[in-house]
Amino acid sequence: MMMAEFVLIGTILLKIIAMVIVLLLAVAYLTFMERKVIGYMQQRIGPNRIGPLGLLQPIADVVKLLNKEIIIPSASNRFLFMIAPMISIFTALAAWAAIPLDQAFVLANINAGVLYIFALSSLGVYGILIAGWASNSKYALFGAMRAAAQSISYEIAMGFAIVGVMMAAGSLNFQAIIHAQAGGIWHWYWLPLFPLWMVYWISGVAETNRAPFDVAEGESELVAGFHVEYSGSMFALFFLAEYINMILISTLAAILFFGGWLSPFEGIPGLETAFAWVPGVVWLLIKLAFFVFCYLWFRATFPRYRYDQIMRLGWKILIPVTLVWIVVIALAVQWQVGPWFTGV
Amino acid sequence: MMSIAQLFFYVSAAVAVISGFMVVISKNPVRAVLFLVLAFFATAGIWMLLEAEFLALILVLVYVGAVMTLFLFVVMMLHIDWIVHRKAFVRYLPVGLCVALLTVGLSIRMLGPSHFNLANVAAPAAKPADYSNIADLGAVLYTDYAYPFEIAALLLLTAIIAAISLTHRRPKGRKQQEVSAQIAVRRQDRVHLIKMPSEKKR
Repeated sequence: MMMAEFVLIGTILLKIIAMVIVLLLAVAYLTFMERKVIGYMQQRIGPNRIGPLGLLQPIADVVKLLNKEIIIPSASNRFLFMIAPMISIFTALAAWAAIPLDQAFVLANINAGVLYIFALSSLGVYGILIAGWASNSKYALFGAMRAAAQSISYEIAMGFAIVGVMMAAGSLNFQAIIHAQAGGIWHWYWLPLFPLWMVYWISGVAETNRAPFDVAEGESELVAGFHVEYSGSMFALFFLAEYINMILISTLAAILFFGGWLSPFEGIPGLETAFAWVPGVVWLLIKLAFFVFCYLWFRATFPRYRYDQIMRLGWKILIPVTLVWIVVIALAVQWQVGPWFTGV
Repeated sequence: MMSIAQLFFYVSAAVAVISGFMVVISKNPVRAVLFLVLAFFATAGIWMLLEAEFLALILVLVYVGAVMTLFLFVVMMLHIDWIVHRKAFVRYLPVGLCVALLTVGLSIRMLGPSHFNLANVAAPAAKPADYSNIADLGAVLYTDYAYPFEIAALLLLTAIIAAISLTHRRPKGRKQQEVSAQIAVRRQDRVHLIKMPSEKKR
């Protein structure tokens, strides 16, 4: 009895380690992509010195960050200062347990998957708040305050957008949500839930504190915001958490509104069978890569929002839009409006 | 031999009790709030064992993710004097101890082995793997308890509106930008292009 349980836990641990390694590699090359993409958008070349085409640049960055000295400010609250980056990375990684990568590949296919991810992403703000407070620095505290206010405000809009998806799919299970979108690209929820999809994506970018909503870091006003006092590997943890969260929000966008691992050629005669051999995880990767690219695109092209504009957008525009559209969806589900809501 | 589930229960229960105790005795209020967060987490773990995953996740989402964040926000903003804090602690210690002992005694009396054993209250049977706690809860909430649920929701809404209207003061003489007016501005309102020769002719 006990032995079987330990074997089970062992295999789960191995899966978790595999997932984490893949994520870390993805983050490493996402930073490389970011510098390249933004470079080309700004008529520069970007990193091209280390390795062929600069491909070893992220490895060099990791080595650099790990070799740097960790400085703990003498006026800081030592224990909380150390624990803040750990909280950040924990919440960023733990959310991946419920993400389905393919029809049969998910670490934990739990019924309340959406709720689980949402609960964990709401914890991410602790890492930021504690880091800002424990640093005992003005800039860090300002950054933490802004980040916390921003993520609390946008979590509401994001939650309502996800409520719309849950109502449309009639489930909180990710696999069930994906199956409910089966039947071709026009069955995916981006079409019937278009306003919610816009709200989700805007608040997703705001939740991760990325440009154009990056007032929490705002290097031109706050140096680096909440992690201004962190260096070396402790800074690297915050950095990792931010990028893992970016990939997570992009993956959720693909799953909730763009059919997850479903093929985009479903329901199109000829193309459907021609692409039937492609595994679902490839489609998911293509979709999430596009959204991650959008993050970089936004950063290269949009000017930063002002703080009061961010609050206004969140409270006065996004939340009312979601409230209206939730009523619309409720009516559509009640009257079984096709082709989307016939099976609920 | 304990099973993993039992081990998980004892660890969560111990963490809940210890962190609850630490909330009370912590000198630093920020640490007290963080211990309270830990206590919520441990409780969520125990609820998870009870197969009430919806409640466990909502506990984390609402209390840890929203309420405690605001708590932390406020506590970080305040500068609480430790010494005054400790004096009050000593002053109220006897009363606090009496209340604590009374509560513990009553709990033991009511929940102790004499009333709350397996013979009186049978252990709940484990649900099958495809059992959905959320679907069950939703069904009950919107049928049997529809009116209490809706009344509670309305009460909360009233409380929100009341709290905001009681504390909200309309600012006087404050310069505020009108966003709709800003957006409605066209180029013709601000800039005039005047045609003129590029150099002056003599």
